[in-house]
Amino acid sequence: MNLADSTPAMNSLLGSEADSQRTLYPYVTGTSVVGIKYKDGILLAADMGGSYGSTLRYKTVERLKPVGKHSIIGASGEISDFQEIMRYLDELILYDNMWDDGNSLGPKEVHNYLTRVMYNRRNKFNPLWNSLVLGGVKNGQKYLGTVNMIGVHYEDNHVATGFGNHLARPILRDEWHENLTFEEGVKLLEKCMRVLLYRDRSAVNKLQIAKITEAGVTISQPYSLKTFWDFSAFKNPTVGAEGSW
Amino acid sequence: MDSGDVNAPHSMGTTIIGVTYDGGVVLGADSRTSTGMYVANRASDKITQLTDNVYVCRSGSAADSQIVSDYVRYFLHQHTIQLGQPSTVKVAANLVRLLSYNNKNMLQTGLIVGGWDKYEGGKIYGIPLGGTVLELPFTIGGSGSSYLYGFFDQAWKEGMTREEAEQLVVKAVSLAIARDGASGGVVRTVTINKDGVTRKFYPGDTLPLWHEEMEPQNSLLDTLSAASPEPMVS
Repeated sequence: MNLADSTPAMNSLLGSEADSQRTLYPYVTGTSVVGIKYKDGILLAADMGGSYGSTLRYKTVERLKPVGKHSIIGASGEISDFQEIMRYLDELILYDNMWDDGNSLGPKEVHNYLTRVMYNRRNKFNPLWNSLVLGGVKNGQKYLGTVNMIGVHYEDNHVATGFGNHLARPILRDEWHENLTFEEGVKLLEKCMRVLLYRDRSAVNKLQIAKITEAGVTISQPYSLKTFWDFSAFKNPTVGAEGSW
Repeated sequence: MDSGDVNAPHSMGTTIIGVTYDGGVVLGADSRTSTGMYVANRASDKITQLTDNVYVCRSGSAADSQIVSDYVRYFLHQHTIQLGQPSTVKVAANLVRLLSYNNKNMLQTGLIVGGWDKYEGGKIYGIPLGGTVLELPFTIGGSGSSYLYGFFDQAWKEGMTREEAEQLVVKAVSLAIARDGASGGVVRTVTINKDGVTRKFYPGDTLPLWHEEMEPQNSLLDTLSAASPEPMVS
């Protein structure tokens, strides 16, 4: 049944009908993903929000998913494009398994595959409107990388997408260090996610944290963070400057 | 994130709802189809059959939602023959996704797929603009849905009975009609469970009255004669 699967009709180059052959803007979007390396592997965090413009429309969207045995992916941006990327990745892993040769794709390879997909779509002016975080462990080697809709990709000890770059990474630059324990890593990520909850309009207070080690992948059940509003400066913001706001 | 207000997702005429309950699903919709400010059809049927056990609520462009439904009905029909048994709700939802996602630049339709199959029971799938698919306990769509987020946040609960679910849907569509100019007419519901499909029809006069709405009367003259000597107040 190819009718529905086939790409839309061939179109001319940029110009007249080109608008039917390029993604113009996203509809249902996820916000920041934050990832760090720690002693035993990688930790990823993302909330479960799917925004529709300024409306916080969906609140149980899973934006962290396992990929094969050795990797996890976190996505921000257009959710339908992320669902399509998951289909590509599931097919990639399937083919890898069908070789049945004892070898399996590690996080570096998956990240590279994604980079090629994203960059090639960008060159055709029809991007997958996402920023992705790819983390994993294979044979003791930890890997954490990111790639976005224009094909920019890099690896680091800590990465983030969207607002996370502006709010979470400075915290991580200050407080991340080699050999964080699991508890320290989770607390650090929660600190980042709390700041994002305070300061990112598209954040929702329901998140998941994913862990990947040599042993495998676990993604936590959804949970919510406590927030803190009990400050005298909040209760009386205009004390000392009556009339201000 | 956004490239200007012109590109923010905009809502579409209609109110549509899909809700699961203990044993099945209830789909609901208003009946107004508008072309600009004119109501082209005041009694449309926006809940369309895909198979015996799967229906879809349509919102957005009438043409786009109709053609997507027609294609999906066609594919599902073939699928049912080849499978030898009723297709699942998930398959129907995925077919809708394929069309919505692969033609996202051209289509402007938000859909809610709901039905019952023997493997998963009653299921609701929301498929908004762009082609994202989300399996949810309930979902709302269309321009009228903006007025219902708060209502459902408060009124929705897990494990309702069939009657509770139907009443919730009717109340919700009716509330949306009260405030959304692009929604109106009658409330239609379709309930699907293991025993089959039931269509219900709630004309405007059977719906509750909300704030600042008055009991309709045949004519002023009715109140003129019955009331006090000075019913016409200057």
